[in-house]
Amino acid sequence: MKEYLKIERDQEWRDQLRKKIKNKERTTQERVSMTSLDPMERIKYQDREVNLGLNMEQAQREASRCMDCVNPTCIEGCPVSINIPKFIKNIERGEVLEAAKTLKETSALPAVCGRVCPQEKQCEAQCFYTLKLKKEPVAIGYLERFAADFEQQSGAVSVPETAPKNQVKVAAIGSGPASLSFAGDMIKLGYDVTVFEALHEVGGVLKYGIPEFRLPNHVVDVELESLAKMGVKFERNFIVGRTASFDDLKAEGYQAFFVASGAGLPRFMNIPGENYNGILSSNEYLTRVNLMNAAKADFDTPVLKGQNVAVIGGGNTAMDSVRTAKRLGAERAMIIYRRSREEMPARVEEVLHAEEEGIEFLNLNNPVEYFSDENGRVSKMRVQRMELGEPDASGRRRPVVVEGSEYDIPVDVVVVAIGVSPNPLVPSELPELKVSRWGTIEVDPETMQSSMPELFAGGDIVRGGATVILAMGDGRKAAAGMHKYLSQKKETAAN
Amino acid sequence: MYQIVQKEQFSENVVKLVVHAPRIARSRKPGHFIILRIDEKGERIPLTIAEANIEAGTITLVVQNVGVSSKRLCAMNVGDQILDLVGPLGKATHISEVGTVLACGGGVGIAPLLPIVEGFKKAGNRVVTVLAARTKELIILEKEIRQWSDEVIIMTDDGSYGIKGLVTQGAEEIIKREKVDECVTIGPAVMMKFVALLTQKYEIPTQASLNAIMVDGTGMCGACRASVGGQTKFTCIDGPEFNAHQIDFDELILRLGGYKAEEKQAWERANS
Repeated sequence: MKEYLKIERDQEWRDQLRKKIKNKERTTQERVSMTSLDPMERIKYQDREVNLGLNMEQAQREASRCMDCVNPTCIEGCPVSINIPKFIKNIERGEVLEAAKTLKETSALPAVCGRVCPQEKQCEAQCFYTLKLKKEPVAIGYLERFAADFEQQSGAVSVPETAPKNQVKVAAIGSGPASLSFAGDMIKLGYDVTVFEALHEVGGVLKYGIPEFRLPNHVVDVELESLAKMGVKFERNFIVGRTASFDDLKAEGYQAFFVASGAGLPRFMNIPGENYNGILSSNEYLTRVNLMNAAKADFDTPVLKGQNVAVIGGGNTAMDSVRTAKRLGAERAMIIYRRSREEMPARVEEVLHAEEEGIEFLNLNNPVEYFSDENGRVSKMRVQRMELGEPDASGRRRPVVVEGSEYDIPVDVVVVAIGVSPNPLVPSELPELKVSRWGTIEVDPETMQSSMPELFAGGDIVRGGATVILAMGDGRKAAAGMHKYLSQKKETAAN
Repeated sequence: MYQIVQKEQFSENVVKLVVHAPRIARSRKPGHFIILRIDEKGERIPLTIAEANIEAGTITLVVQNVGVSSKRLCAMNVGDQILDLVGPLGKATHISEVGTVLACGGGVGIAPLLPIVEGFKKAGNRVVTVLAARTKELIILEKEIRQWSDEVIIMTDDGSYGIKGLVTQGAEEIIKREKVDECVTIGPAVMMKFVALLTQKYEIPTQASLNAIMVDGTGMCGACRASVGGQTKFTCIDGPEFNAHQIDFDELILRLGGYKAEEKQAWERANS
């Protein structure tokens, strides 16, 4: 890997580009900021993307901040190891399509990741600017998005090269980011890949979870088309283990499986009144709006609109839900979070966007009970105030109840976004599969192989609730692990 | 796409649709259901599989016209395609040899009851079935139910067929007459509630199949949650059948009305 990076870095064009501008000059430039739609305007639309992207001039200027380090630490911060300096230097010299191609060498969904990765915790956290210069990092995420969007808009979408077909059938279960990343790598290696999806649309959380204002569906669709062009097959409305059993699929020639069925099972708090009408999981709320288009009048699926909407939680799902509520016309859209702003797991940018849109943050508050009107519809919630105590096992300061601090808030819709558990649907069909006490599938962390040799797993079904990019990293590892396993098996059979 | 290969009009508002879905036909067991979406703008609705034919690769669904989607589904004809259909979903009914089984079905609930009655009969049980509906034309699948029952009692609210009265009256007579080892009930939530109260009185183990509001049907959203034995359960993956004596039916009935206003709006829009 290091060797490969060095050879690429030593190419003449990279060398010349480095000489063109002195590093001192590069480091004195300001980080680019991305333009976004006006907050008061954008909350009128469920489906207008907030961030508008960079233009060519902004992108090239930002790309020139990157110093093309000898030891590019940024790559270590990327779970799919994108060759970051190579793609950025291609933008700097104006070869944006080349930059897009570089992204696709290791990432199946660059236009997605450029938008939804928490770069401040990943690549950008490992940028030389952050680590050594104590300055704003190079805007790697913005540039990734720029290159991927540029390619999509150019119409000249490149299809990565694939190895000759080896006629070996493998299945990916679930069609979220982990599976798509796995499928992209396996198809490049020559396998016959089918992705099985339970819902009627492919994409997992990218379609049912993340709203249009953060990740437009057409952006996801282009990436899916590119996988289809490479030969990946998609079977929708198909639950492996139910629609057909694992044994059925083995009989149909599938030699190995990658289970990436996600952590779709929503958690509730189990407090009194939680089953009143108007109280729903963020998964239900977001699925109705994003997958079923419930906000549009000509679609059949309904969604509850509220004047006073409370969203419980502090992660990205909570931010997506509360901003969706605002767009559905809520007068008061509130985040109720039991810790403080600092502990919020949501992306910094999304919290800022939510604030701009007039979302209220009731931090250090926790619901204890719900009350309903005579029709069983939630009418108010009782919360108690919290304060931060000693750090817990996760290193975050533990919230402690302030005794006697309870008060009531009028609400007519409550969205519970306190996390998800692994979906038991697939593991329940495989009694011999080893799962943890939390229901996650146990795997070798290097190869992603489970206790059943032909079965690999990754993403949230292994991690619990995590991020898109970590799921994609797992997909890559599983592809490598499965390729090794199947190659060895073939060799053994030949001897 | 899933083609409708046969259609039968049971009554003005109830139709039987036989749909080509070979994989599901092969995998389904009594108690399983499917989720379908008619077209691009459609919603996802759950329907229980009433029958399956592995050779023909078909499953049978019974639909009652009660709202926007069911109205559109009832209007579909042989040769028409349903865009999306996924399953089999839910846990299969727990069927074993227990002795005498009392099966109580109401209205279109008779359709999902059919494979369960068949299952219990094939497992070697004596099966007594009570079918109930508002009026004669709403009693469906009687011939098929009779095929798998030792005895069938029919109750109608208006006395237009069988005995005039409610399902619980028919059921209680059986219980008083002979020893019943297990009861299964499917129908409107109110009906199941009263069957559950009756069998609780006589301490007969009872399963009820819940008809909660669903979206994905795979455990992803919790729209279908119900309180069973004081715990929150997801009907789509933990059910749809639960111990009837532990179900909070009043909560279920309230939750079924959770989108009443939105459903009414949609109905008015569709009919304007």
